[in-house]
Amino acid sequence: MVQAIVNDTKKKNTLLRKLLKNKLASIGLVIVAIMAIVAIFAPWIATHPPDEMTVGKSFLAWNTEGHLLGTDNYGRDLFSRLVYGTRISMIVGIAAVLFGAVFGTLLGLVAGYFGGRLDAVIMRTMDGLFAFPFILLAITLMTVLGQGLVNVIVAIGIANIPGFARLVRGQVLSVKEEEFVEVTHSLGATHRRIIFSHILPNCLAPLIVYGTMSTAGAIISEAALSFLGLGVQPPTASWGSILKDGKDFLVLNPQMATFSGVCILVTVLGINLLGDGLRDALDPKMKV
Amino acid sequence: MGSFILKRLINLVPTLLVVGIIVFIITRMIPGDPASVMLGPQASVEDVENLRAELGLDKSLPAQFVSYIADLAQLNLGYSYSYSESVFGLIAERFPNTVILALAALFIAVVIGIPAGIFAARKQNTIVDYVVMLVSLVGVSMPIFWLGIMLVLFFSVNLGWLPATGMGSMDDGLWAFIKHLILPACALATIPMATFARITRSSMLEVISQDYIKTARSKGIKEYLVIGKHAFKNALTPILTVLGMQISNLLGGAVLTETIFSWPGMGRLIVDAIDKRDFVVVQGTVIFIAFIFVLVNLIVDVLYKVVNPKVNLDSDGGKK
Repeated sequence: MVQAIVNDTKKKNTLLRKLLKNKLASIGLVIVAIMAIVAIFAPWIATHPPDEMTVGKSFLAWNTEGHLLGTDNYGRDLFSRLVYGTRISMIVGIAAVLFGAVFGTLLGLVAGYFGGRLDAVIMRTMDGLFAFPFILLAITLMTVLGQGLVNVIVAIGIANIPGFARLVRGQVLSVKEEEFVEVTHSLGATHRRIIFSHILPNCLAPLIVYGTMSTAGAIISEAALSFLGLGVQPPTASWGSILKDGKDFLVLNPQMATFSGVCILVTVLGINLLGDGLRDALDPKMKV
Repeated sequence: MGSFILKRLINLVPTLLVVGIIVFIITRMIPGDPASVMLGPQASVEDVENLRAELGLDKSLPAQFVSYIADLAQLNLGYSYSYSESVFGLIAERFPNTVILALAALFIAVVIGIPAGIFAARKQNTIVDYVVMLVSLVGVSMPIFWLGIMLVLFFSVNLGWLPATGMGSMDDGLWAFIKHLILPACALATIPMATFARITRSSMLEVISQDYIKTARSKGIKEYLVIGKHAFKNALTPILTVLGMQISNLLGGAVLTETIFSWPGMGRLIVDAIDKRDFVVVQGTVIFIAFIFVLVNLIVDVLYKVVNPKVNLDSDGGKK
């Protein structure tokens, strides 16, 4: 047991070392870490309450009257809204991918392990879900579910399920044929034990890489949904909704649209850099 | 080849059926009564009842499903009350516009992305390679709806070079048409272009290091022939795989791009229909796009087989 923990720690250390050796991945890691810190400590970093409106102070230019990036159309502090927007992006990014990963992995494991009709039914359903462009599926689900943070997570989460299911099923099919699985089975291990103790751990590396990449996609999707007015409800600050408001005041106040987009781009770029690095470190042959 | 295509076409049937079932389930999940939502709060009870009967919502769910699938099989996607037109007519009007935008974007992506990838692979580990890779990394991370707005801000608002919104008519001349197309097509092309550059570079690098390329070079074959003919042909398979995936990006991205640039295509139609709570149009357009996507992927699979006849796409775990 102790040996296992030591081995595990060693493995993590080598992964981190490999990541840090890769310059681009290190930059990605730093960006993601900064965004995570901003999200967690938003109340301390923001200079104003994000929803505080001040009459007569709309569209202030940057660095005026204590407003670092100026104010929006309702006189709300843009910097503080962007800081709080980090929270929404991070929450949706992580929660939606976890949602998709948990359900997708379970479906992929069951389909790949048991095969037969169950596999056919599950994978045909996944094919059907795959036939919708990702963002279109999320948009359609949002029209049914209605606005709100939880609904955004569910909609993007559902759109993420087929990707995870296909990935895991493919892994299971290749792991299932290995000798150790047969041996474990002949020793009397239950299906559940084989799936969760033997097959799932062998799927983890590609799952981590795919999950990281999907987080970037989920963040962009949340921003897109909020941009279309289908995401989080106003007055909640989200990068997408700030961009939506900014679009209407492009000439009067270009910083609203500009900075909200920069936040999305930098965060997504950071996650993609980290994802590339993780792929190279964990599974160089994988092409996600 | 003929039997391969036939087999793939037969395989389409269950997928399309599942697509139909998914959309049926999603639209039946709409909270409240779609008929009263569509008609608005001022509608009389009688009007709502009439619309319910017209939409078949007064029947049992299984009966609704049967008539829905029967309608789909006859390409009857329903009638839109907010547009006073059949959904199929609405799609027929707007789909060509989306195709124009998507093809223009695909053209830009292929013409710039693939040569950039080849160039970067040829100049591996030089400043050219780093610049191409950095730009394409930023490209794949780009929220295109933001890029679209920034393009409008720069090229339309600040410089006044190109129109910010709308679609040009061919009646006003080819240039007027192209002028309106440039910004939305560039925004939509960004992610596929960056993806093409990345995948072309990595598959070219893989091919260039192989023995037959070294042999070709040692035979004194001109470098552009070695790269263009021998290496690129073999690097094409992964590029085609990515092409299939990018179709999804283009169709999905069109929803956002068309909204920003007021491009009168399918994406704009969906977003407007959502605003008007016209679920019949949302349902019809979503199904239509999914069908098109499935068909385009079939064509890509066939191309894949043409380029690389050894590939077996029929077995499990084949091309994803």
